[in-house]
Amino acid sequence: MSAVMTSNTVKLQQSVLMLTVNNHPGVMSAVCGLFSRRSYNLEGIMVRPIQGTDGAQSRVWLLLNEVDKLEQVMRHTEKLVDVLTVDRHRFEDSVFAKTEGFFEV
Amino acid sequence: MNEPASNTASNPIPETAQQLSGSQLIIKLLERQGITHIAGVPGGAALPLYDSLVGSSIKHVLARHEQGAGFIAQGMARVSGEAQVCFASSGPGASNLITAVADARLDSVPLIAITGQVPQQMIGTDAFQEIDTFGLMLPITKHNWMVRSAEELLTVIPEAFRIALSGRPGPVSIDVPKDVQNQLVDITEWPEPGVAEATPEFDEQAVDAMLVKIRESHKPLLMIGGGIVYSGASEQLREFAEKLDVPTVQTFMGLGILPSDHRLSLGMLGMHGARYTNYLLEECDLLIGLGVRFDDRATGKVEAFCPQAEIIHVDIDRSEIGKVKNPVLSIQADVGEVLTIANQQLEAMQRPLWQQRVEQLKAAHPLILDGDDELFRPYGAIKAVASILDDTANISTDVGQHQMWVAQAYPFNRPRQWISSGGLGTMGFGLPAAVGAALAQPNRKSVCFSGDGSFMMNIQELATAAEENLDVKVIILNNGHLGLVRQQQTLFYEKNLNAVKYQQTVDFAKVAEAMGCKGVNLALSDDPMTDLKNALLEHGPCVINLPISEKEMVYPMVAPGGANADMIGGEAQ
Repeated sequence: MSAVMTSNTVKLQQSVLMLTVNNHPGVMSAVCGLFSRRSYNLEGIMVRPIQGTDGAQSRVWLLLNEVDKLEQVMRHTEKLVDVLTVDRHRFEDSVFAKTEGFFEV
Repeated sequence: MNEPASNTASNPIPETAQQLSGSQLIIKLLERQGITHIAGVPGGAALPLYDSLVGSSIKHVLARHEQGAGFIAQGMARVSGEAQVCFASSGPGASNLITAVADARLDSVPLIAITGQVPQQMIGTDAFQEIDTFGLMLPITKHNWMVRSAEELLTVIPEAFRIALSGRPGPVSIDVPKDVQNQLVDITEWPEPGVAEATPEFDEQAVDAMLVKIRESHKPLLMIGGGIVYSGASEQLREFAEKLDVPTVQTFMGLGILPSDHRLSLGMLGMHGARYTNYLLEECDLLIGLGVRFDDRATGKVEAFCPQAEIIHVDIDRSEIGKVKNPVLSIQADVGEVLTIANQQLEAMQRPLWQQRVEQLKAAHPLILDGDDELFRPYGAIKAVASILDDTANISTDVGQHQMWVAQAYPFNRPRQWISSGGLGTMGFGLPAAVGAALAQPNRKSVCFSGDGSFMMNIQELATAAEENLDVKVIILNNGHLGLVRQQQTLFYEKNLNAVKYQQTVDFAKVAEAMGCKGVNLALSDDPMTDLKNALLEHGPCVINLPISEKEMVYPMVAPGGANADMIGGEAQ
C-alpha cells in the first residue's frame, strides 16, 4: 500500500469507500482479501471501532484508485456477510484527506 | 449426560434446561436441520464430534480422503439441492477439504464444511496438526467462522445453513476448536433451523420491459445456466422459450434444463459448443442471459462474444451483473420468479425467419459426433451407455476430454441429472460425487464417466462405494494419457507432447476388485456391448474400463482466449 498521493490530478482518480462492518476477528482479512483476490488495488485503509456501538461495529475507510471498476467492487463488498453498509465518500473530507501529513517523507 | 426422554427433534423445546457439550450441540443442530448423511474423516481434533455422532440418526459415511468427503457431500447437494455437510479434522484434514470447498464455490453448491481445530489456548503455537483453517477457507467460502464458545454454535449452525442456501448458493465452513467441542452449555431453547431467506424483490415493470425487448427483437437467443437449475425453474423456462419461440443455448452448468432433443435447444455454447451454436451467437441481435455468469469458457474472447447483440441479464447475484458484459437491461432476482411473472402475460408468437436461419446453420454446421456407432470410440461409448440407461440415471463426470464429450453427446433430459465440476474443473471430482449422488438418491443409478488421469485422483473412494454397496458405475474412457492436455499440446504447442503419457499403465478392473467393487475390462471382452449392459444394469459398484485411442480429440474447439467464431475442427464433410 502506498501513501496517499497529493497531486490533484491523481486525486481525481481516487475514490473513497466508507464501510460499516461487524467488529469480528477476520472481517479486515475478508475485506482486504476480497480486494486482492479481485485485483482491485487498495491505496489506503483505516479501521477503528465505531464509538457508541459497544465494540460491535467498526468503520473501515478504503482508498481506491480505480474508478472504472468501482461499482463492481462495491457489489462484491456488499456481499460480504459482515459488511453492513458500503457508501462512497468524497475524498476531501475523508479520513485520508485529514491524515495526509502522516504519509509524507 | 442425562438427557430427558422427551428431548427429540420433534419435541424441540426442552422443558428444563439441559447441558450439552459443543460437539453434542453440533450433532443435535444438524439433526434438526434434517441432515441424514455426513461424509467425513475423523482425526484428533475432531474426536469429540465423532464421539457425539454415536447414537445419532445421522449416518456417517467414512470417506478415504477428506477431499473425497467434500465431493461426496457435494454430490448429495448437487442432486438434491439441499445443503449437505462434510466433517474433517484439523491441519491436513482441513487442507484436504480445500479443493472440494473451492469447487463448491465456483459451481454455487451449498456445502457446509465442519472442521476440528486445536484447542484455543494452543492456536498460534504451531501445535500438532494446526493450520489457519479460517484464513484458508475465507477466500473460497460465502462466509466462514471460527467458533469461540459452545454457545455461539446456537447461532452459527443455523446461520451456516441460511447463508449456504440463500440467494446464490455456496459453501460455508465452520472451524471448531476441540475445547469448544468439549465445553458444556445449558440449552433451554433450540434455535429455528436455518433456511434460505426470501429472494430479492424486483421491479415487475422490468419484466415487462424485458418482454417488450424480446418481442421487438428479430434474432433473440436465450442463454440459460445453473441459476435456472438452482431456482427449480426448468418448467417455467421451457414455457417461456416456447411461447416466445426463442432458440436456447445452455451453459455447461445448464445442461439438462431443456431436454436435449427439444426443438429450441441448441446444446452447449462456447469452447466445445457445436459450430452452428457459436455461429448463431454471432448473428443474434438480443441475448437473454438467465441464471448465467458469462464464464470465459462460454463466452470465449468477451469483446467478440455476441457482437451484434444487446444483452439482457437476469441473475440473483448482483455482483454478476455487469461483471463481464454490460446489459441494456438487468434484473437482480430469482430467475424462476421472473419467468413465472413473465409467463402470466405471454401470448405465443412465432419467428419463422429466425427459425429458418437456425435450421440452415444447423444443417450446414452440425455437431459432428464422429464414431458414435463404434463402442470403442468416445461418442460411441457415450451413446452406448445412454442407450442402456434411462433418464432416471444421474450422470457425473471427471474433468478432461471425456467430460466435454459427455457434455456434447449425452442426452441430458432433466435438471440435476448432470453432475460435473464446471468452474474449478477438478480432476478427481467424479467418483466421490457419484458416491454422494447414490447416497442421496439410492433409487437412481449413479453413473460416472471418467478418464484414466482423473480417476486416479480420488480412486480410493472405490472402497467407500463398496463399503456402502452403492449402485455406482464408473466408465473409464482410457487413453493412457492426460487427453485434454495432450490435445492442447497437439493444437497449440506444435505437438510437443510432454508429461501427458502414462508410461505405467494401471489395470483398473483389478484395482476395482482389490477395493471390493466389480471390475470389467471391455478390452478383454468377447461381447463388449453385452458385458457393458450387464455391468450397468446389475446393482452394485463397478468399474468399466473402456479403451480408446489417445488421438481422439474434442471438436470443435475454441482456443483459450480466442473468439467463439474461430473454432478448430468439427466441420461437416
